[in-house]
Amino acid sequence: MTEEKATFGAPLKIPGWINYVLIPLINLLAAFLISAIVILIVGDNPLKALEVLVYGAFGYPEAIGYTLYYTTNFIFTGLAVAIAFHCGLFNIGAEGQAMLGGLGAALVCLHLDWMPTLAIIPIAVVAAALFGAAWAFIPAWLQAKRGSHIVITTIMFNFIASALITYLLVNVMVDPAGQSPVSRAFAEHSWLPHFDEFFDMPETPLNISFLYAIALSVGFYFFVWHTRWGYEIRVVGQNEQAARYAGISPARNIIIAMMISGALAGLVGVNEIEGVQHRLILDFTGGYGFVGIAVALMGRNNPIGIFMAALLFGALYQGGSELAFDMKSINKEMVIVIQGLIILFSGALEHMFRPRIEAAYRRLALSRLKPEEAA
Amino acid sequence: METFQLIVLLMDATVRVATPLVLAALAGMFSERSGVVDIGLEGKMLGAAFAAAAVASVSGSAWVGLGAGILTSLALAALHGYACVTHKGNQVVSGMAINIVVAGLAPTLGYAWFHQGGQTPPLGAAARFHSIDLPFSEAARNIPVIGYIYSELISGHNIIVYMAAAAVPITAWVMYRTRFGLRVRAVGENPHAVDTAGISVNLTRYKALAVTGFLCGISGSYLSIAHGAGFIRDMTAGKGYLALAALIFGKWKPVPTLIACLLFAFTDALQARLQGLELPVIGEIPVQFIQALPYILTVLLLAGFVGKAHPPKAIGEPYIKER
Repeated sequence: MTEEKATFGAPLKIPGWINYVLIPLINLLAAFLISAIVILIVGDNPLKALEVLVYGAFGYPEAIGYTLYYTTNFIFTGLAVAIAFHCGLFNIGAEGQAMLGGLGAALVCLHLDWMPTLAIIPIAVVAAALFGAAWAFIPAWLQAKRGSHIVITTIMFNFIASALITYLLVNVMVDPAGQSPVSRAFAEHSWLPHFDEFFDMPETPLNISFLYAIALSVGFYFFVWHTRWGYEIRVVGQNEQAARYAGISPARNIIIAMMISGALAGLVGVNEIEGVQHRLILDFTGGYGFVGIAVALMGRNNPIGIFMAALLFGALYQGGSELAFDMKSINKEMVIVIQGLIILFSGALEHMFRPRIEAAYRRLALSRLKPEEAA
Repeated sequence: METFQLIVLLMDATVRVATPLVLAALAGMFSERSGVVDIGLEGKMLGAAFAAAAVASVSGSAWVGLGAGILTSLALAALHGYACVTHKGNQVVSGMAINIVVAGLAPTLGYAWFHQGGQTPPLGAAARFHSIDLPFSEAARNIPVIGYIYSELISGHNIIVYMAAAAVPITAWVMYRTRFGLRVRAVGENPHAVDTAGISVNLTRYKALAVTGFLCGISGSYLSIAHGAGFIRDMTAGKGYLALAALIFGKWKPVPTLIACLLFAFTDALQARLQGLELPVIGEIPVQFIQALPYILTVLLLAGFVGKAHPPKAIGEPYIKER
């Protein structure tokens, strides 16, 4: 994203809270305002919808469990998109990488289920990450070595992944006992432990993937800002030319960043397939990969921001399914509208409010300084 | 003779599938040649398909429906321009956002207005475009080869199919033989030079996006009020992305893009025929492989293994005047 350039004199530095808190909130508010208008058009009360949404997402223990379960997926895809952004790459392929991650986890659970729980779960997690990374490797390599635009190739790879999984489920991995294209159920000892097995809470799909997600967020922070690899990735993302002069290989870092991105996206497959579905199914990725773009944009590619944004989208997903039950003319698609509007305002239209907010801040701050200081 | 008939019927199906692809790919060509990435073709098509079906079902006129489809798509193109040209936002994000908003908005509004689970009511006869029999097509049917091709393949499509066929030479002419086309190509290659010549980069891009919106609107309307008889949820099913792939496979040029669209549509028509069929030597080809083939081919092209694609130079970059 473009940095604020020094124009005339030394401009006042804009404090972090404006960039990280105020602007995302204003963008969010704009998205909610338009959503409210849509709800008015379809003939319902937006304030009541908001109430149902918030209650549906946080109002009772079961809701919180579901919200955090969705949040887990968004943390994975948000981090995945963010690491690619740090390298100046746009990974639209998180959806396909998540599908392959699910395939990797499923293959381990189906074929290595003679192993004990303590072995099979880590192996499945690693397999999911490897499959996701491998699926991201091809577009990354094509971008790094042959200059094929990664946005287009990752879009294509989403479709190819979807065709591949459909083929495997219809022809190869299908459960011979069943009618629909799903694999057989995994052995119970390979299922990821759910939170409700340990804590006194109602049964929800929330499982230990949530803990991986938090741990990976912390790891992400150290990797990006406190290691050589993270530094190199960021240099390539900011200025490929400068990186080359500094002896940093853009090609190498593009491939590394994309493979990490794919591995993170692949973990959605662990949460969904090994944690909740316990069998490989079609279309389990449910748009998490695309929403990951919004999560990364809103979270400013920073793990804390990503967690907050993921929580927001998790709440939207969970609260949104409640909306469909409680409101007469709203169905689940309304949530997709809200998501799209958030992406629009916090991504595509991010320069709409920013200059005005920054100018307003400068005016305000300057008027507070004494005249001689200001001059 | 039977093989010949089969081939003609296959070509006929190809034309029907190719029509929305051709229109959408040409739409994308205007946007991308002017330097604005458009992955929002899918959303514009879906929005147009919904608006066309909704208005056609209420007004009872296919032409009014088509108008509504075009207007909706134009509005979405204007939004894309507002985000990417005026506010210099990220073009990929904007296209993505438009796709997602429309994917949610169409069924939401459809559900609220028609109470049929997000669909529009089935359209009556007057609210759809019907196939047109060209003159003498019945009489020509019995003339061997040429007559048969004329009556089966050339005649008997709806008006939008012929519009799509006309759109290719018109687009080629506009792109390469008019001042507007030259300017569109120039702002996509070197906006600074265009600006120096005293031509507004932003205005040219907005105009190109308007053409994109117009063509995408026809493309989407074709799905719901000409090819189909009403709007169904997720009706475009990736056709916008397929059109984008065809545009790239056609190297951003009109005639190669047309050929790419026909090729992709042909694989689709062929797949319907090949389903469950054992071929000699290769055996049965999985449907999913044929479905993925256009995307695989496009990746191979982008990788430089099948020819080489040269995208417009300034594509994806918002234009910022230097001081």
